Amino acid sequence: MSMDTQMLFDKKIVIEVSGKNGEADWMLQNRLDALKLAAQLPLPRLQKTNISKWNFTKFEPFAEEVPIMSPDELPADLREFVFVEDKRNLLVQKNASVIYCNLDQSLSEQGVIFTDLGTASQKHESLLRKYFMTDGVRIDEHRLTAIHAAFQSGGVFLYVPGNVQVKIPLEGLFWLSGKGAAMFPHILIVAEAGSRLDFVANFVACRDDLGAINNSVMEVFVGAQADVRISTVNNLNSEAVDVVYRRALVDRNGHLEWNIADLSDGRIVSNNTSHLQGESSNVDVREFALGTGDMKANVTSSVYHLERHTKSNINARSVMKDQASGIINSITKIEKGASKSDGQQSGKVLMLNPEARGDVNPILLIDENDVMAGHAASVGKVDPLQLYYLMSRGIHRSEAEKLIIHGFLDAIISKIPSNALCERIHHIIERKFKS
Amino acid sequence: MSAAPELIVKGLKATVDGKEILKGVNLEVKGGEIHAIMGPNGTGKSTLASVLMGHPRYEVTDGSVTLDGEDVLNMEVDERARAGLFLAMQYPAEVSGVTNSDFLRSAVNARRGEGNEISLMKFIREMDNKMELLEMDEKFATRYLNEGFSGGEKKRNEILQMMMLKPRIAILDEIDSGLDIDALKVVSKGVNSLLGPEMGVILITHYQRLLNYIKPDYVHVFIQGKIVKSGGPELAERLEAEGYDWVKEELGVEDETVGQKA
Repeated sequence: MSMDTQMLFDKKIVIEVSGKNGEADWMLQNRLDALKLAAQLPLPRLQKTNISKWNFTKFEPFAEEVPIMSPDELPADLREFVFVEDKRNLLVQKNASVIYCNLDQSLSEQGVIFTDLGTASQKHESLLRKYFMTDGVRIDEHRLTAIHAAFQSGGVFLYVPGNVQVKIPLEGLFWLSGKGAAMFPHILIVAEAGSRLDFVANFVACRDDLGAINNSVMEVFVGAQADVRISTVNNLNSEAVDVVYRRALVDRNGHLEWNIADLSDGRIVSNNTSHLQGESSNVDVREFALGTGDMKANVTSSVYHLERHTKSNINARSVMKDQASGIINSITKIEKGASKSDGQQSGKVLMLNPEARGDVNPILLIDENDVMAGHAASVGKVDPLQLYYLMSRGIHRSEAEKLIIHGFLDAIISKIPSNALCERIHHIIERKFKS
Repeated sequence: MSAAPELIVKGLKATVDGKEILKGVNLEVKGGEIHAIMGPNGTGKSTLASVLMGHPRYEVTDGSVTLDGEDVLNMEVDERARAGLFLAMQYPAEVSGVTNSDFLRSAVNARRGEGNEISLMKFIREMDNKMELLEMDEKFATRYLNEGFSGGEKKRNEILQMMMLKPRIAILDEIDSGLDIDALKVVSKGVNSLLGPEMGVILITHYQRLLNYIKPDYVHVFIQGKIVKSGGPELAERLEAEGYDWVKEELGVEDETVGQKA
């Protein structure tokens, strides 16, 4: 298999990507190293999901995409993912190219940086060298991180200086477009001590598009006392293999929230890992997956408690319909010495057909005595008594099921920091249940 | 739809997990009539209510139920509701994530049919009015359906739904249980506001107390899975004063619950 990869990836492509990104030389060296590793490293091992036949390597060469002057020029399917109130702080990437980037002037005056990664590698080299694939996601973790590092393009560098409070969300829209297309955005977010930010990343395709690969990495550094909320919505087409590795490091008293919506129709590897490495830091993970057709998803959330008084809560839900299969793994690891820590998990799966498959695997690994930890897990069908109750008021069975499903997922959707986006997600769910 | 509703139950038998609970119920309810069904616990009164609505746990083994001449037993639960049947439940389900008002609007619109949906403004106005009458805090509109509601709040919510849906036959299953006197008055006010020739009511209770606020035209005594005695309001008063022993004596019954030998 490594032969296969070596043959598929020509060094020239990597050099070309680097050139188009207009990036610094050290980035190119990174890529070339990664390319070698991609050929040597194995795929990641995922619990209960065999990904050996999934396409991570075959995609069309990158084309130059035309920049747009305004998000209004985007196709309607995509425009709905741009929430109107925040158009000012938006970056749009189409396949390998960033085609739009705008930051509110008042934020740039406060020292906020919001740009693509290539530009950042030139203008903010020391910051980037410090954070880019060093302490967060490493290039050599497995084949997928190495492929990502070799081909990463476009992407986002978001930097919020100490004590700067960004009140409205910033958004990245990553658009996979065209048959066999691929995108490899790298999103790097640094929230310095005492800062606050909301970032929303949408990985989307137009309906019935034929894009092939999304292989993204998000690295989030939450400084001491910083308050960070990251929401991601993936809604790619059924042809696509959709991979997102998210990693966060949270410093003392830092607070992080993950809100993750996996709505893609194809193959999904959705991983989020948080390291609570400062005392009294905490993380809330909320995620849900919705599968229709023959979607297959592996969603893994991990939290590592490395310091005292750290706190985590993983709340995962999935709804599986048709022949869809969703594996939800939740892993809470409390290390020796992380006393007085608290790690909680809840995982719930709703299966709508006998052919659908849903799994919840709660895993608690605890090496310290003086902690609190707990988990709740359930896998089941729509509650017949809830259904009976709603139907007894005249609501049709299909509509009643839909209400129950929306309600089931609302615990997570309602936390996403934009009403417009929440509504959009409810629409996607509705559409999936019509088809 | 005929002007005056009519529910006819004939020889209705039903089982749960193979055990017969209803043993031949006969009952006719017309628009404008209030029928109280009284009886001790465990005699099958609530089962009758659930079977009429189509609860999935119960299986009808014999008999017939028609509403305005239509076969109710052949209808799905939602069809029964749209035909005009309503059951105020003793233990309504909680549905997390679905707000009371979203749920109610779906229900009202399902009843009205496609193309005839109620406007949002009109819906809100109507719901506000009814919640005020039931002395419900406006927060109930945005709270999740029955989640964390107290017993009394659930009952009010059931009556609110009834008032919004304006059924042809309303079955109130122990709507008085767990209510203090003030709450009972409020709930009764809600029910009474709907009374008229357009609606027939079946009140299931084991206390006469409720009947001080909602006046029945007919009183039926339910023992061992069927109606054993019928009369006017005076029957309820005698049951309140003397209990059920004299009825059991008349029938030669020792234990009133279902499944026991007479």
